[in-house]
Amino acid sequence: MTARRGRHAARGLRTALLVVAAVALAVLPAEVPAEYGDVVLNKRSEKAGVLPVVFPHWFHRIRFRCKVCHSELGFKMRAGANDVLMASIIDGKFCGMCHNGQIAWGAEQCDLCHSGKRGVKSGIYGSHETRGPGKW
Amino acid sequence: MMKDRRRSVPRIARRAMTAGLALALGLAHAQIAPVTGWAPLAGDGLHDPKGPAIGLLQEPAAALSVLPPDTAGNKVGWTRALDGGFIKPRSTIDPGLTVNLRTTEVLLKRTGEMPMVRFPHRQHTVWLDCVNCHNGMFEMRAGASKINMFLILQGEKCGVCHGAVAFPLTECQRCHSVARGSPEAAAFGKGLVRE
Repeated sequence: MTARRGRHAARGLRTALLVVAAVALAVLPAEVPAEYGDVVLNKRSEKAGVLPVVFPHWFHRIRFRCKVCHSELGFKMRAGANDVLMASIIDGKFCGMCHNGQIAWGAEQCDLCHSGKRGVKSGIYGSHETRGPGKW
Repeated sequence: MMKDRRRSVPRIARRAMTAGLALALGLAHAQIAPVTGWAPLAGDGLHDPKGPAIGLLQEPAAALSVLPPDTAGNKVGWTRALDGGFIKPRSTIDPGLTVNLRTTEVLLKRTGEMPMVRFPHRQHTVWLDCVNCHNGMFEMRAGASKINMFLILQGEKCGVCHGAVAFPLTECQRCHSVARGSPEAAAFGKGLVRE
């Protein structure tokens, strides 16, 4: 009787573990399915009361070669290495070189760039193959 | 006996339910995080799914599914997209600016047991300017730069882009493409650079 009860308890535990594993698999995504090369800028955004910025490399490279932003505009090729301030953008620097209402939407369209989820950390995202530099 | 049989039926049912639940949740998970294709912005884990930008911003699938396919990264053959005229990205904002292009190829021989690396300037300079790599990351003179996979895997040297925005480091053979003693290796002669 006791042995049988023990077996039942073990099965119950197994079932419970299976359910927990299934729930964990569903609720916690293995990794963020962001697009390869997406960059989140949140060094200042949330502290300043706005949502983080999501910069999609894929969208921009369809329209501009890397050299436009990384040579002509002066963006350093390391996520987090650039101090991008709204004052500079409005002044026509960094994103503001194009996001001026002429080449691309202007700085008054806050929500289109400040479109990130609350709490998303700065950095480069989106690689299910490599998870980006330094994350192997 | 009777007691056991009565218990065994719900046990099977319980297991079936567990399996069903796992399957249903697994499918739900697959919808949240698709293994293939491009995740919608609202489900990419970065964008605020209730934000006003969703619906206004272009979806990755809309833009990328029509470009030459690839198996890694954005699943787009970016240089094929450029060479084939599928995309026409601007080279400058200031039309007066000089656009630097180069076509020489550099052979990197010290690759251990891996095939040697052929670095093509053309595919790099259609996207990038000389100053993006020279002289900070790489010396101008072929063979003068210290490059190894430890640095690359840490996001230095080639790894500044490869593994972040350019094809990822899983694609070994795309760089390590020149077998020792092959006609392609012979084309470099004794040098490290060829036109």
